[in-house]
Amino acid sequence: MFRILQIALLLLLAAAVNAQNVSRDDIRGLDEQIQDVKKDVIDLTATLAQLEEKLLFPSNTQVALFVSVADEKPFELESVEVTLNGEIVAHHLYTYREIESLQKGGVQKIYTGNVQAGGHPLQVRFIGKTPSGKEYRANASYQIDKAVGPKFVEIRISGTESEINFKDW
Amino acid sequence: MRIPLLSAFSGVAGAGLRVLSFTLCSLSLLPSVSGADDDKEELRDLFFGAAMYYAHQENYFDAIVALDNELAQYHRLDEPALDPFSNHLGQAEFSVGDLELSYRMHREAGRAIEAVLKGNVSQEVRNEAAYRLAKIHYHKQQPLNALHALEMIEGRVPLRVRADEQFLRARVFMELGRLEEAVELLKDLKGEESLEGFVEFNLGIAQLKSGEEARGVLELTALGKRHSGDPADQALYDKTNLLLGSHLMEAGELQLARPYFDRVNLEGPFSNRALLGAGWVEARAGRFDRALVPWRILQNRKGTNESVQEVMLAVPYAYGKLDVHSTAAIHYGRALDAFGREIDTLTASINSIRQGKFLEALRRKEATQVQNWVVALRNLPEAPETHYLLDLMASNDYQEFLRNYRDLNDLYERNKEWLKSLAAFEDIISARRAYYEPLLPQLDEQFRTLDARIKLRMEQRDQFSSRIEQMLVSRRPEYLATAEEQEARLQLLQLHKQIARNPKGFTEQSRSRVERLQGILDLRLSTEYHQRLTEAYKHLQALNAEIEKLQTVYRSYVRSRQAATHSYTGYNKDIQRSRAQIRSAQQRLEMLMARQGSMLEALAVEELERRRSQLESYQIKARFALADSYDRANELQEQREDQRKIEQHREAQPETLPEQNPPELEAPESENGLQEQSLEAQPETLPESNPAELKVPESENGPLEQGGQPQADQPEILPENKSAERQVSEAEGDKA
Repeated sequence: MFRILQIALLLLLAAAVNAQNVSRDDIRGLDEQIQDVKKDVIDLTATLAQLEEKLLFPSNTQVALFVSVADEKPFELESVEVTLNGEIVAHHLYTYREIESLQKGGVQKIYTGNVQAGGHPLQVRFIGKTPSGKEYRANASYQIDKAVGPKFVEIRISGTESEINFKDW
Repeated sequence: MRIPLLSAFSGVAGAGLRVLSFTLCSLSLLPSVSGADDDKEELRDLFFGAAMYYAHQENYFDAIVALDNELAQYHRLDEPALDPFSNHLGQAEFSVGDLELSYRMHREAGRAIEAVLKGNVSQEVRNEAAYRLAKIHYHKQQPLNALHALEMIEGRVPLRVRADEQFLRARVFMELGRLEEAVELLKDLKGEESLEGFVEFNLGIAQLKSGEEARGVLELTALGKRHSGDPADQALYDKTNLLLGSHLMEAGELQLARPYFDRVNLEGPFSNRALLGAGWVEARAGRFDRALVPWRILQNRKGTNESVQEVMLAVPYAYGKLDVHSTAAIHYGRALDAFGREIDTLTASINSIRQGKFLEALRRKEATQVQNWVVALRNLPEAPETHYLLDLMASNDYQEFLRNYRDLNDLYERNKEWLKSLAAFEDIISARRAYYEPLLPQLDEQFRTLDARIKLRMEQRDQFSSRIEQMLVSRRPEYLATAEEQEARLQLLQLHKQIARNPKGFTEQSRSRVERLQGILDLRLSTEYHQRLTEAYKHLQALNAEIEKLQTVYRSYVRSRQAATHSYTGYNKDIQRSRAQIRSAQQRLEMLMARQGSMLEALAVEELERRRSQLESYQIKARFALADSYDRANELQEQREDQRKIEQHREAQPETLPEQNPPELEAPESENGLQEQSLEAQPETLPESNPAELKVPESENGPLEQGGQPQADQPEILPENKSAERQVSEAEGDKA
């Protein structure tokens, strides 16, 4: 009941704002409430993300693959294709912002999945180009050795050297 | 070395709005650009890199969630120092503050950074935190608090933020009216590449406000003379010229003002106001023919622009001043038609906003994915005329409202997706339960049997192990006998007992044979003892390896068994709680969206109504002026008709007029008729668009004649030159 009254009061307030000029106090009050709700949703999302991971990707079967770019020289990654156990599990075309983010040191989580303990063949293929338009591509294979715990593998792309390196984390 | 987050954030904005609003936002974001080209830091924690992947794309929400998660996990660890995330800890805590600031969560950002300040960190880190805290206060328009934060800085400031810190300090001083100190700081900052242009702009403003008029004008003039291919840089130079031109015009320095207006790029966002200002400079000097040159260019531009609408009255006003009343009347007529159309559009736009179409358009995701999305909104069905809202939408407050509204909408959509996901989770859980529950009892039964056997084998192994350990201390050859030997040993033992009970029942040969066999057995066990012990030890090692494998399988089975159970048990409460929290958040989000949306609508309607009432006032002025122009044109027409009749009459008279004509008969012909014709012809010779005319060098302008002010006989039709005043006030506000 209190909630309904509260909402009704706020809706009345909202209507009043519509009818009148927007005051500084209104703006400040609203801004603080927006900040509060943002914080709450961030916390809630973090909890939900953990719940999702626990439910869908339990640690004993979880495998996650990450893509990073090693080049100091300008290189624009266009696409990456990841094949795990003979099946294409990820194919990503990069936007300008994503390329920029990778170049600044960001690491893209390209795939999260479940596999049994043991060895799993991984193939990675990429296409990219330099600002001058020269195209580079390469593919490489790796063996993922999955143990009891979760497995994280970094796929590090050295574009202008047409090289892919793998790192177990 | 830290990744300069804000530097990444400052770069991207909607291209259309970016140009319009750059003065509003770039000054605040630009200071972080200094470290944009810093080398990439070596990554020590994969998940920190993943959070940065979002951060560099300005996906603040996901970046904050990821970093918060990592920080929370890190703080829960028993030995956090062993976690590789500890290498990025300071950076992560700063980054969370930065990201929250970018996500307009000032309070949280402030808390995060204050926590760093209170923590046990080096002075350099503390200084950077103080700088960031000051920046937050400055963003929140609390310059005094910003200054207090800056005063906490002692000693060395990290190089990558040193210039930014000085620039922020200068702007804080400007806000607080400590202009001399600001000027000194800004002078020191001149030459700083990352702040190029902005330092000079602020320095010029500070000098102008501090009374150093001449120096301020010189500083801004030097900045305004620059040219750049980058639209954002060029817009800054244009704005500088517009500001100076308006300032000088208001100060009555008309001869100096015109070149500044002329320097403004004709294609830039400030070109309309510059053309209008250039015309007003000439009009104020009484040179209406020259005023018409920029005004006629402006007249043909987008009819929704405020300057264009103002010039639609200014052009006929100038023609009126030049006594070309018929042309003036035509232009007034055109202006009336245009104003009528625009008033109808504005009325439709206001209705559309009140029906909620504006917010509906803002909520569309695709809207922000195109360049100039604000302008593109008007192409949506029944969406309002956003050209009228461009200035409003480019203002800081409105931008904040828009972003908040879109953030709330984004959170609402995310939560909606989570609600769907929760339903899917429940389906997964029930499917798993349905699969595992019938299987598990049978599996458990088998497991128990196997488990008993495994335990038995483990006990046996332990027994062997302890025996071997004992044999290392005390010699026990019999333990190492083979099964046959053990049997033989037992038989011999039996025979010994029988012999002992009944010695006469056995022959000497038999007793001797038993002894010999016993001796052989003992000898073999004794001589092969070490070899056998070694073998036994090797076998124990092999057994251990096998047992280890068995244990691995056993653990794997136990984990799988647990995983099977955990895959569907214990989630219900979490899911129910999460669902309730999401629903509660959705209610709050809806309510806040409604309030924020109402503010957006109210401000938009207010702006459109302001423009509509302005146009209505222009319409009234244009109607009166049109009537006045017709009257004057008719008057001239009648005078011409009279003149024509006199001519006809004169031609009809065969006899010549007396030589000594009265002078009043000749005067009108030369003074009125010819002048009228020449003046009517004059507008036709004016170029429709003549950019070269706008680039008149200073020397060509020459000193203005005194007394060249507009006459007071038509003030009621003259729209007030509000643009110039607004330019100055806006420009002063731009330092924020």
